[in-house]
Amino acid sequence: MHCDKSFSVEGGNFQAAGNVSSEIKGLLKKIGLPKDTVRRAAIVCYESEINIVSYAKKGQIIVHADDRSVQIEATDEGSGIPDIEQAMKEGYSTATAQVREMGFGAGMGLSNMKRYSDDFFISSEVGVGTYVKMVVFNLDLKLMPDHPQWVDTYT
Amino acid sequence: MTLDDVKDILEAEVFVGQDQLKKEIKTAFSADLMSDVLAFAKPESLLLTGLTNPQVVRTADILDISAIIMVRGKRPSEETMKLAEQLKIPILSTKYILFETSGRLHRSGIIGCIEKVGGD
Repeated sequence: MHCDKSFSVEGGNFQAAGNVSSEIKGLLKKIGLPKDTVRRAAIVCYESEINIVSYAKKGQIIVHADDRSVQIEATDEGSGIPDIEQAMKEGYSTATAQVREMGFGAGMGLSNMKRYSDDFFISSEVGVGTYVKMVVFNLDLKLMPDHPQWVDTYT
Repeated sequence: MTLDDVKDILEAEVFVGQDQLKKEIKTAFSADLMSDVLAFAKPESLLLTGLTNPQVVRTADILDISAIIMVRGKRPSEETMKLAEQLKIPILSTKYILFETSGRLHRSGIIGCIEKVGGD
């Protein structure tokens, strides 16, 4: 069970927002990961994709999955985030009217990405772009004694 | 209850998924904010919303939502219907406002995905 793939995401293309995440969800299902793992990975992909479409010129989502976890890296060339701590707060948003019309831009994106991932890392540089890495563990493995580092993450 | 029962209760029109009305429905989530849907909705629920754009269908697909009910007489756009057909997600439309739609379904036994936030 293994999957390694990279997708490019076009900034500003609201019509296509979500295509990549749907495709990633299909791939993860196909390699046989459990439903809940697939769902959580798909949600964090989708929020990442919406962010790239909303705030960047272009970006990339890289997925690496095996039977233990799904790792998602979202990188974009965009405006960057001046204050990450503030951006992580639920309700804080700099979204345009167009983003809000889609039903997004209410300041839930980054917190949803953190909510559904077991490991979350973000770094950003103003005027350069943003990098987010999220790991979703395959929950079936949390009790496996030979993976103590993962058990630590859960407890 | 089935999606067909939901259709009767809401006097709804079916835009996509006429062949999926046998689907069993137990829970629902009402919102016009897709990020809230992503934060709180549970799989196999109904999504009640006033939004009509393709992102509603995308959101439903990502979350394994059973069907979308558009309220206040809203109708899906053409792109939204196309995507829903492709992803096999039923779309119904009711003239009832979101409050009435939610109330009528709740009275008939459908419960919320979660009762309130902060419980997990």
